[in-house]
Parts: sequence; C-alpha cells; structure tokens
Amino acid sequence: MTAPLLKVDDLHITLEGDGTSYNAVENVSFEIGRGDAFGLVGESGCGKSITALAVMGLLRRPLAIGKGRIVLDGEEIQNATAARLRELRGSKIGMIFQEPMTALNPLSPVGRQIAEMFVLHQSASWSEAMDRAEDALRQVRVPSPERRIRDFPHQLSGGMRQRVMIAIALACRPDLLIADEPTTALDVTVQAEIIDLMAELCAAKGTAILMISHDLGLVANMCRRVAVMYAGRIVESQGAEAIFATPRHPYTKGLVDSLPRLGERSKRGRQRLREISGVVPSIAAYPAGCRFNPRCPSVTDICRSAAPDVTALGDGLVRCHHHE
Amino acid sequence: MSDKIPSKLLELDDLAVHFHVGSALKGGVKTLKAVDGVSLEVKPGECLGLVGESGCGKSTLALSIMGLQPPTRGNIRLNGHELSARDRMETARTVQMVFQDPYASLNPRQTVRRTLADPLRIHGITNKTEVEHRVMDMMAKVGLRADRADRYPHEFSGGQRQRIGIARALILQPKLVICDEPVSALDVSIRAQIINLLLELKDEMGLAYILISHDLGVVEHVSDRVAVMYLGRIVEQGGWQEIFEDPRHPYTRALIAAIPDPFHRADAKVARAKAHGEIASALNPPPGCHFNPRCPMKADRCISEMPALEAVAEGHRAACHFRNSVA
Amino acid sequence: MKWGTSTWVGGSLVAIAIGVAVFAPWIALTDPVMDANLMNAELPPSWEFPFGTDAQGRDIYSRICYGARISLTVGVVSQICNSLIGVTLGLTAGFWGGWWDDVVSGLTNLMLAIPSLVFALAIMAILGPGLVSLVIALGLTSWSYSCRIARAQVLSLKSQGYVQAARILGYGDFRIMFTQVLPNILGPLIVIATLGMGGAILAEAALSFLGLGIRPPFPSWGSMLSEARDQIRAAPWLSVFPGLAIFFTVLGLNLLGDGLRDILDPQSQTRRA
Repeated sequence: MTAPLLKVDDLHITLEGDGTSYNAVENVSFEIGRGDAFGLVGESGCGKSITALAVMGLLRRPLAIGKGRIVLDGEEIQNATAARLRELRGSKIGMIFQEPMTALNPLSPVGRQIAEMFVLHQSASWSEAMDRAEDALRQVRVPSPERRIRDFPHQLSGGMRQRVMIAIALACRPDLLIADEPTTALDVTVQAEIIDLMAELCAAKGTAILMISHDLGLVANMCRRVAVMYAGRIVESQGAEAIFATPRHPYTKGLVDSLPRLGERSKRGRQRLREISGVVPSIAAYPAGCRFNPRCPSVTDICRSAAPDVTALGDGLVRCHHHE
Repeated sequence: MSDKIPSKLLELDDLAVHFHVGSALKGGVKTLKAVDGVSLEVKPGECLGLVGESGCGKSTLALSIMGLQPPTRGNIRLNGHELSARDRMETARTVQMVFQDPYASLNPRQTVRRTLADPLRIHGITNKTEVEHRVMDMMAKVGLRADRADRYPHEFSGGQRQRIGIARALILQPKLVICDEPVSALDVSIRAQIINLLLELKDEMGLAYILISHDLGVVEHVSDRVAVMYLGRIVEQGGWQEIFEDPRHPYTRALIAAIPDPFHRADAKVARAKAHGEIASALNPPPGCHFNPRCPMKADRCISEMPALEAVAEGHRAACHFRNSVA
Repeated sequence: MKWGTSTWVGGSLVAIAIGVAVFAPWIALTDPVMDANLMNAELPPSWEFPFGTDAQGRDIYSRICYGARISLTVGVVSQICNSLIGVTLGLTAGFWGGWWDDVVSGLTNLMLAIPSLVFALAIMAILGPGLVSLVIALGLTSWSYSCRIARAQVLSLKSQGYVQAARILGYGDFRIMFTQVLPNILGPLIVIATLGMGGAILAEAALSFLGLGIRPPFPSWGSMLSEARDQIRAAPWLSVFPGLAIFFTVLGLNLLGDGLRDILDPQSQTRRA
C-alpha cells in the first residue's frame, strides 16, 4: 500500500479575535494519493480555503495551526521552517487562486513571472527560463505565446490570466496542485476549458490535485473523491459520483436537492426546490452539538447536545448521528 | 374582440446601444456595440430567461429597458407605449429591478422601513396607515419578520438582504421585474430559498420576469421562454424546452456542454460541442458571425456572412447558418 | 452611543472652547480692550494676571477668553460656508457629469492653483479689514477640497446598486443626491470640515498677522500672536498662551471630527451576531 502524497491528520486551525480563540477548522483529516484528484467542497466560511493555506504553510495571524499533522511525501510540514516551506512551494506544491488579477504581479510581464519559477527553484539562467516560460504558455494553450510572454496581466482576459497562473503553478512539475476556486470568476464556457486543461495537464505530469470550490457539480466532475465541509468540519467524504447519487449527510443531501439541475424539469415538471432553512452560522456563533442541527430536517435532541463522531462507511466517511 | 389590455407587456424592436470609447487624441474613437439589434417580447405573467456571459450586453439591455440607458437605435414599448414618451414615474410603477449584489444594492444608512416606505411616498401615497400597511404586507410576503423593520442592512444576512431588495422592487406593484443574477452572489445553500420565493411571488402578484443569469440550471427551472445573447445579439430564442432539449445554435450547445457533469453522462458529441478560446471583446467583434472563432462548426461562410435570426420551428429561432443541420 | 477616548477628549476641548467664548463676559477678569494700563505692560503670569499682560498692559487671559469668540466664529462660519459651496458643487458635478462637471472641475482646478490665502488676501484688500470681511474671504476661498472629495465619492457611489435602484424607483435627481448619496459620503466630508475649521482659525491668525484681519485693539488669537512676534524670547507668555489656545482648539476639532465620522456610520455601531 503506497503512502499517500498528502496526509492531513486531525487538523485544527484557530482564529484569534476579540480576546477569544475560535476553532475555525476542527478535526479535518483526508489523504490524497499521487496523481489523484481530490475535492473539498463547502460554502463561504466553512474553512476550506484556510485548510488549503495551512497545507501551504501560508496561514498568518490571527490564524494558526492549533494541532494536527500535515504530511507531504513522508515529511511532516506543519511546523516546517519558513525556508523549507519556501522551497516546497513551487517545487512540490503549486497553488492557483480565484482572482488571477490580484495573484499576478501587475507590474511584471507574465513571461517573467513564469520564468521566475525556473530561476528560483531549478537554478536556471534567465534566458533559459524565458524560453521555458514560452513553452509553458504554449502548454496552457495561450495563442501566440512568443508575443504573450511580454504582456502584462492587465492586457490579458480573465481566462488567459488563469492559464498563466496554471503555467506558473505547474512550471516546476510539483507533486500537488492546490486550486482554490480557480474558475469562479470566469465565464461558464471559459471555465469548462480551464477545468479540462487542468485535468489534462495534471494527468500528463502526474500531478495530484486538491480542488476547492463551492460548486459541488464542478468538483464531482473533476475529482475522484470529494469531501464536504460545513462550519469548519468535514461532514462527509465519498467517491465523486456516489456523493451526488447517494449523499449521506443531510447537508450534502440538501445541497444536491436544492439546486436545479438541467434536465430535471423535462422529466418531472417544475418541482419546488427543496430548501435548506436558516443561514450558515458565523464562527463566533457555532451551534452546540452538531453544527448543522438548526437547519437539519432530521434533527433530534442528541444532535443539539453532542457533536457527532466520524463514522467510516464503505470507502468514505460521514459525520452524523443519523446517517443513512 | 380587442380590449385595452395589450397582449405584450414589453416589446423591444431592433434595439441597439452603442458607446463611443476613446477620443480622437487617444488613438481614435471606437464604437462599443454593447447591444446590437435586439428584438424581444415579454407577455404579462411570463418569465423570459436571458442567458449570456461577459460582454453579451445583458446588463446594458436591462438598463435600457429600465430607462436608465438611452438607446442608440430602435424602440422600447411598455404596455404599448414607447418608453421615451413615458413619465419616469409611470415607468417606475411598471418595471422594476432586483440586483445581483445584496451587499451593494441597499443604502447602508436607511432602515428597511424607510427603504420600503419612501418609494410609496414619492409616488403619492401619503396616508401613514396605508404606507405602514403596505410595508408590513410586503415584508411578510418576502419572509422578513415585521419586528426587524427598523434595522439597518448590515444587520441582515446576504439572503435576507436580497429579500429586502426583492421587497423594494415589488413595493410599487410593478408588472415586470428584471432579476439580474438574483442568486449568484448568495451562498449555495440559500439559493433555493430565493428562487422559490421569486416563483411564488410571480404567481401571487401576476408578475412577468426577465431573469438574467449565467446559471443554466436556474434558467431552465424558472423560465417560460429563453433568449441567448452573445456579444450584443440574440443568437437563439425559444421556449425553455426547445432551447434546452433541441438547441440549434452552437453557442447554446457550448453553454450546455460547459455545465460540469458529475455523472459523466455526456457523450463525445457533447464534448465536441464545447467552445474553445476566449470571448472576444465587444469593441472588436470578429467579422461575420461573432461566434465564429470559437465555434466547433465554423465554416468559410461564417466569416463572411452574419447569420440572421430565423425560425427553425414555431416560436424557436436561431442565428446560425447551420441551424437546420445542427443535430 | 459608544464614543472612543479620543472623541471624548476632542469633544471636551471643543466644548471648553465654546464655553469660554460664550461665557467670556463672566469668566474674564477685565475688559479686554479698555482695561489697558501701560504701567502693567508685559508682566509675566501672576495671580492678578494669570497669563500675564501684553505690551499695552492688558490682561492676556481676558483677551484670550474674548478672542475665542472671534476665532471660533471665523472658524465655524467660514467652514460651513465652504462646505456648503464645495459639497453642492461636487455633488452635482459628480452626479450629472457632462458640461456642468467640466465647468466645476475647471473652477476647482483654478481655485486649487491659487493659494487660498492669497485669494483671501485679495478679497480682504477689496473689502477692507474686519470680522465680516474675514469670514466672507475665508468662506469663499477654501471650498475646492471638499468639492473634489465630494465629487470623487459621488462618482464611486453612482454605480452602486442602491443609487440605481433609487432612480428606477422614480426618485428625482436632487432627492437621490441629498437622501441617498450625501449621507453615505459624510464621513470624509466631516473630517475635512473639522480640519478646515482649524485651518480657518490659522488663516485668521495669518491674515491678522498681516494686518488685514482683526485690527487692534480687538482681541483675536491670531492678532495676539502677531503682536507678540517680536517678543518671543523676552516675553514668551505673549505668544505661548494664544498659541496653546489655537493648538488645543484645532486639536479638539480634529479629534471630534474623527469621532463624529465613526459615530455617523451605522455599521460601526452594531455587529450582527
């Protein structure tokens, strides 16, 4: 049994604010194998993005890793030095963000920003790096890459910028690519292309993907396994198709049922969408017991008093007192 | 028997909105054809879904219908009367809008009560009891607690703010409401609440909607008829079932193909329907059919000749040279 | 309402200044103009004369009390005038755009290019010295800053949903400007106004210094400073006390302005749980 590329074990992330310490993320555990595609799904505020930042070692005050282990390729990195983390970022872990405009340096031509990766991590010379940068742009299917390497980020469209980000992230063939809402800011047709591109490139280079999004459909399409987060905890984890076909946690079920899906109305007429009542709780006011209990249609007393443990089910897990 | 009630609530006739960008000193004046020859109709009580991505002109179109953006060409008729001739106040009582961003679309210094009551007063309803009654009634209709009327927007969640926005749009009892991406900025788990609410209110108050959205799932669920826009023109238009089950324009097919499919049910044919490349700028649209650089079916004719929006079936029109052979 | 410490401090200072101005006849020890006794010229602070006496033998403390009236009047009235002009011009220019915006922007640029003090000087030269001309001159020459800020704020707010919503709902232009836009841009405008009041007080000092403001024997903090300039080493109390009076009043206005801006923003008051 080969060891996983990334193993996150009982991760807790704390948030300091107003004199108290909040648990932004609690008891998060998952594994990603080499070349695998794993998705982390949840709404804003559920903690998925800061989990990714923790893996990259990018948490800053007031956030910090409370406890838990992050093991990358056999090496524990949750307490790694800043220097070691810098080495890892770019060479072993690449990351792309939602807003390429803010992630790219507006004052530097995009070719140079890609070339920097080769210079920093692979001791290449600048001229060699620029050639490889042009190659990288070609790989991400930017037309006329020999001209584009001199363009500045603002001269490119959103989709182009995201391709540049992918080129930067994958430049040094990292083992793991973390993509945090990479297509949320893009148009639908461009989104489809970027996702296909990412999947293709990662398959070709053997790069594993950790995909973070609020769009369950998108993640389930791209990833092999999916974990759903709610209010700082993983509430369910399953294979991608299964999580859509047979969701086990009431929250996942609610999400799957509540969104109108193409083709449903033709089959069954217009059904009233099943709502999830209530609102996403804020970190300062997480409910006691199961955090989903105020909104859960199957809530009982135990849900309000005791936080459910994780139950392993088949090839996944679920955190619910009343799971299917 | 013809009576005074027009059969069409809204009629757009070859509407165009062009902007002049740049100046003679800065490299010449260019024309941005945000909306370029759009003809549409909305019947009372109907929901028209308007689909399109960035640069398609849907927002400019919405502003024109509202009377906020004067058209360069063509006319807009509300209830049979041309828009330009109408009073701003009368337009306000007929067409209203629900905005995308619940955080920016409410005045942060006004209580809910004032946000809802002021429009009534401006339109001549000065009787205090009646104003109060209508405000409370509307709050109840959109699912807001009456005791929160004196709170400020920042005290509400995103979904609740959107409800306030909806209440504000409906307080004057309009006949047509333009909903511009009403749920895109909301958390996924509460979108269903707002979609259901919009549908309920439509039935209850006899409203017509123009729903602008890039989310095809929502559009299919809510709309009676659908129009697809690309770079300022309508490329396909028809009933919801026709558009989603038998799309005749490659762009519509590309939009449908782009929806992530967790069950991998899509076959190779759908995969081939995907568009490639980036959306062109409305400042420099490609010659001929604007979609040609990205179209999987592109032919020479597409570069030289702009296809017209013509019928493929009763009530279903597409602007593609291959509209009848797209299978 | 929750006031921060600095707001309390600022508010207190301003309240003291206003109190001194209002109750001057009661708290002053002597008549600031008439009680001049050359025998008492330039005496250092003592029990009889808490702040000392000036070159004419007048009690500085009393002159400061009465001087508060002049300085505060000049500061407040001229700044209100400036704000009214600047905000109205900036608000309408930003909202309507077009030729009106061009006119206002051109005018603003002109005003900003000419040092306001020089402009005020020119007006004073025409109107002659005195309190009224001072207020007019200062009130008509420093509006460009608030105009520019108001215009910039309006431009950024114009595309906000609620401004568009107001137009769609049938609100008239002026109603939108004054009920929707203005309340949301008050923050920076208030800060500018309080800074401006301080500036006006200092401008008064400068003009009086040049002999164009308040003429002797009437007391104003500025003219007192002016009269004391030759004696800074020999009789420091002649300049220190008027200087401190100006300092604390302007400081108080600035702190108060900051605090008011925070108070007027409903979002800083309550936080949703």
